[in-house]
Amino acid sequence: MTTTTLAVLVPLLPFLGAAAGLALGRTAPGFVRPLAVLPTLAALALAVVVAVHQGGDEAVDAATELTPTGSVPIELALHIDGFAALVAVLVAFVATCVQIYSTGYLREDPRYPSYAALVSLFTSAMLLVVYSGDLMVLLVGWEVMGICSYFLVGHYWETPEARAASLKAFLVTKLGDVPFLIGLFALATDAGSFRITRVLGAVANGGLDHPTLIALLLLAGVAGKSAQFPLHTWLPDAMAGPTPVSALIHAATMVAAGVYFIARLLPVFEASQAAMVVLAVMAAVTMAGSALAALAQDDIKRVLAYSTIGQLGYMTGALAVADRGAAVFHLLSHGAFKALLFLAAGVIIHATGTNSLAAMSRMRNLRDRVPDAYWTMTVALLALAAIPPFSGFFSKEAVLGAAEHVTAGHTGHAPAAAGWIVLVAGLVTALLTAAYAMRLWLLAFRGQGAEAPDHGRQPVTMTVVLWVLAAPSLALGGFAYQSFPGWFDGGDLGPTLTTSVLGTGAALVGGIVTYAAWRHTTALTARVPMGAVAAHPEGDAGQVEAEAIASHAPAYGDVARAADPADPGRLLLGPLHRHAAAGFHLDAAYSALFVRPVRAGARLVRFLDREVVETYVRGAGTLPRWLGVAVRRAQTGNVQTYVSALLAGTVVLAVAVVLVATGA
Amino acid sequence: MHLAYPAVLSALLFCTGLYGVLARRNAILVLMSVELMLNAVNLNLVAFDVWLSKTAEETLHSGQALTLFTIAVAAAEIGIGLAIVLAVHRNRGTSDIDKLRDTAEGHESEGHETDTPATETGAEKAEATA
Repeated sequence: MTTTTLAVLVPLLPFLGAAAGLALGRTAPGFVRPLAVLPTLAALALAVVVAVHQGGDEAVDAATELTPTGSVPIELALHIDGFAALVAVLVAFVATCVQIYSTGYLREDPRYPSYAALVSLFTSAMLLVVYSGDLMVLLVGWEVMGICSYFLVGHYWETPEARAASLKAFLVTKLGDVPFLIGLFALATDAGSFRITRVLGAVANGGLDHPTLIALLLLAGVAGKSAQFPLHTWLPDAMAGPTPVSALIHAATMVAAGVYFIARLLPVFEASQAAMVVLAVMAAVTMAGSALAALAQDDIKRVLAYSTIGQLGYMTGALAVADRGAAVFHLLSHGAFKALLFLAAGVIIHATGTNSLAAMSRMRNLRDRVPDAYWTMTVALLALAAIPPFSGFFSKEAVLGAAEHVTAGHTGHAPAAAGWIVLVAGLVTALLTAAYAMRLWLLAFRGQGAEAPDHGRQPVTMTVVLWVLAAPSLALGGFAYQSFPGWFDGGDLGPTLTTSVLGTGAALVGGIVTYAAWRHTTALTARVPMGAVAAHPEGDAGQVEAEAIASHAPAYGDVARAADPADPGRLLLGPLHRHAAAGFHLDAAYSALFVRPVRAGARLVRFLDREVVETYVRGAGTLPRWLGVAVRRAQTGNVQTYVSALLAGTVVLAVAVVLVATGA
Repeated sequence: MHLAYPAVLSALLFCTGLYGVLARRNAILVLMSVELMLNAVNLNLVAFDVWLSKTAEETLHSGQALTLFTIAVAAAEIGIGLAIVLAVHRNRGTSDIDKLRDTAEGHESEGHETDTPATETGAEKAEATA
């Protein structure tokens, strides 16, 4: 089979798996698990084969036009370069891990068949985005992901949090998708084609008339999908979905799509210096703000969600300094360790019966209960904090190195201002990242108090996946930084001395300061008892998690935070803690700026409809009704009256005819 | 015979029938008046047919043929009409048209829900045929 055929099969197999899973879910429950895992696994194998065939050489291009559209043609096109090949491998890898993990995590869930089919569809859509060589086809995958995220985040739709979160995820990403669509049309109109290769060719020849406008419109869609400030607010709330879904959305699909899209069309953004600076500012605000917010969250998954936003900030930062190699490198290593973090968090939530760090910090010996999660999560957190030699270190250094390279003014692609913004924000964030990673680790695994509850061993499908993901988290960066440049644009991805020392130093400072704060506050744990236990410890992990999410707000007063004086984040952030826990009140601001005006507008429309429009309608109905009342009086029931009227009418007509006929 | 005689006779018959339909209270008399009107028309048909066939070279006497049809239809009509009147009389104890006002606006039927509308529509049909 040719590389093209194999590449077509990669998104197609999970799609067929999803269709079959939806069709057979009720009639043949025995097939659901194989149908969920095997197509994704096959897609992974094929993606690896495609990557080997492609090998970082000349991009594989194939296209077929289904039907002429009359104006700009839309083609089913593939464009597989080194980026696409490697990202597809990551997507299929993480999706396979998630599918295997889900068989254990949701093993008693009655909605598992539809869940697994949606995960497959989600994977298929992301693979389509990755391989597509046509912007319209890419948009199809992009939107399918949007609707899948809506269904999957709302998987526990019995809880109001999940319902609200799924709606929010859908609406906020759509808010970005509208400008995105307009931007795509503008880009295709300027370039005369939806094909990525032709668009890039047109950009290279200076064929874009409105580069800044197009870049900013596209950026809105990317900000929505990749959860960048100011459209990131859906992502922390999306934690109301099941943990494997969080892992899938955060590591490989959905949020990665935005970064990957910019990486593909980077020359379009480079054509506008303003767009690059906007991108840099967006990345910087996202990174620093999300890291502060992560330090204040109480829900273990919300910490990870804010950390995802921050790491995506690094990726967009790398794109802002025009180094897409570094961005995709960080995307790959982040995909591995973030999937691991979420899946390990799922194991922890299952074991403890709560998602609250405050409750976990009052449990002794949790690490002995879940040794697999303990060791793998330690690896993943070290990778997240960018401690050498874990994979996060190399990819983050590649980003910082690229920024440092731009500050020196060595490149004409990106303004030096963008370089400085990204570099400074990246270093501050490195410190904060290490701080919240340290806090998470200390609160989860170094708790004191009552013995952690014992629910027996975790399903083997859940723990094995953790170790599978731990390998790339540990070693991907070190092995890859020399070989990846051949797949990418050829730029150097190795760590440079200055940024390595600065970044690692910042990370160590953050970790040590947090440890000191924890030592200071940990004595308070015993004094303020706190805890929540899931109602069904014997249930499967999905059920335990749904109950943990539903009980967090009643138990601690808020979905995001708990009034825990023993939290080192409270000491470190000081007065900022309250604001950081609420995500710097961005939700409240949006509520005041958008939600309330829309509600007021809806009330106005309702008033206009009920009181104004309906008055006219009633008025229009009154006259015929009065006429009807008058006419009804003629209906006496006496047949002879009717015949008399008939006769009178006939006479009148006859006279009229005679008069007309005689011409009088 | 001049055409005026049968024409005037027919007009007188029609007017008598019309008066009977409009003024009589008894349903049977109304039916009889309807018959008078029909026969006035028959008379017209025959008279004009004869008058026209005098001048024509060849004729099918379609006026007279049509009269036969009218007589047949009138026989059927009077049969149905009388049957309806009989049924109404059995049901209500009267065949006075003035008292059969169930279709009047605002009228509330008392206990004859099932057969009253049927007889009434039947009576109207008879009227319409006439």
